[in-house]
Amino acid sequence: MQPFAYERPTTVEQAARLLANDGARALAGGTDLVPQLRERRRHASLIVDLKHIPDLTAVSRTASGGWLIGAATTISRLGADAGFAADHAGLIQAARLIGSLQIQSRASLGGNLANGAPSADAVPLLISLDAQAEIAGAQGRRRVPVHKLPSGPGRTTLAVGELLVALHLPPRPPRTAARYLRFTPRREMDIAIAGAGVVLTLSADGSVADARITLASVAPIPLRAARAESSLVGHRPTQAVLTEAGRIAAAEARPISDTRGSADYRRDLVAVLTRRALEACVGEIASGGARP
Amino acid sequence: MKAIVRCEVNGEALEALADPRDTLLEMLRGPLGLTGTKEGCSNGNCGSCTVLVDGAPVCACLMLCVEAEGTRITTIEGISDGNDLHPVQAALVAHGGTQCGFCTPGIVMSAVALLAREPRPDATQIRHAIAGNLCRCTGYDKIVAAIAAATAPEAGGAP
Repeated sequence: MQPFAYERPTTVEQAARLLANDGARALAGGTDLVPQLRERRRHASLIVDLKHIPDLTAVSRTASGGWLIGAATTISRLGADAGFAADHAGLIQAARLIGSLQIQSRASLGGNLANGAPSADAVPLLISLDAQAEIAGAQGRRRVPVHKLPSGPGRTTLAVGELLVALHLPPRPPRTAARYLRFTPRREMDIAIAGAGVVLTLSADGSVADARITLASVAPIPLRAARAESSLVGHRPTQAVLTEAGRIAAAEARPISDTRGSADYRRDLVAVLTRRALEACVGEIASGGARP
Repeated sequence: MKAIVRCEVNGEALEALADPRDTLLEMLRGPLGLTGTKEGCSNGNCGSCTVLVDGAPVCACLMLCVEAEGTRITTIEGISDGNDLHPVQAALVAHGGTQCGFCTPGIVMSAVALLAREPRPDATQIRHAIAGNLCRCTGYDKIVAAIAAATAPEAGGAP
C-alpha cells in the first residue's frame, strides 16, 4: 500500500473538513477499501475512519415510523436489531448476502452504497424502498434519493469533502413486501451475475397499488425497471402478469458480457429473478407477513 | 509515520508501534509474533486470517491495525490455555477435520464465534458460519461433523 495518514474524527463536521483534503478517502468497514488500496485500484493519502462518529453507527426508529440507519452501522449489528429486522426482513436478507459473516461484522449499508459497485446486493432494495441518503459537507447537510448516488462502476455523486451520514427509510405502507433475489454460481461468497430488488404494495382489493423493481449487475449502476413497474400497477398479480413484468424488466436491462456471464444470460436471469421476487412478495403479503 | 495501537490481545493489554498501512493481520503476525493466524488470499475471500474482534469474527487482512485501537482481539493462540485443546480443536482432531491444516485456525475461530451465539447449531447453520472459510483440501464434511460434535457451553465445552 502507498503511505497514508489516518484520522479518527468523532464528529460529522470534523470528518467533512478532513475529507475536503486532496486524496482523502472515507473508511467505514474497509472490506472493499482495504483490498482496493492494497491492489492499488484506489489511492488515498489520508484515510478518514468514520466509525467513531456516534451518528454513523446508530440505528433508530423515526417519529414517522421509518428508520434512520447510521451509514457505517455494520450489517451484523443491523441484523441483530429485532425491531428493524421485523420491519425490513427483506433488506436484512439482502444485506446478509454480502460476503461472509466475517465481512458482515465490518461491512455497512453506507459502504455498500458508497463503494459504487453495480452488483451491490443491498442497494437495489434501498432504491426500491425509496430510501434517502443524508449527506454532510462543508455547506451543511443535504438529502437525496439513494438512486442519485451511484454514477458508474466504483463511482458516486458524492463531492470532495462530502460524506454519507445516514440512510432514511420511510415507513412501509400496509400490504407491502420487499425481496431481493440474485443469481450466483456459488450460494455464498459470490458476486451477483444479476439481481432484482422488488418492493410490492397491494390494494385492499388485491390488485397492485405500487411496484418498484431495481436490478443489479445489468447496467453501470443499479437500474430501475420503470416499464415493468407500470405494467403491474392496477392489475391482479396473476402468474401471467408477473411473468410479463419479468419479461419487460429483462428488456429494460442493459447488461454487458463478461467473465461472469453473457448479456443474453443476464437478461434471461432478470426475467426469472424479477418474476420470482414478485411471487415471493405476493406470497408474503397473502400470508400476512407484511403486516395488514 | 508510525502510530501507537493500544488494544487487548488474548486477554493481555498491549501497545504496538505500527504503520497505519499495516493490516491487523500484519501486526499480529509481525510485531506481536502471533503466527497462528494465517495469511491466505489477503482480500477477505478465504477466511484463513479469521480472528475475533470484540467477539465478532473478522478477516484480520481487511482491518487496518489502527482500527484495532481500543478493541478486544482473540486469536487462535487465545482460545486454549496452551495445554488443553479447545473443544472445537479437539473435535477437529477426533473427526479428522483437518488435512494440510492451513485453513484450520480460521475455521476454529469461525466455529468458536458460532458456538458462542448458537450453542447447538444444525448443519445448515454450521455451513453458513464457515462459508467465509475456504478449505482447498475440500474436506468440509468432516469439518462440519466436528463442529456439530463440539460440546456446547452448558455441557462444559466451548465458551
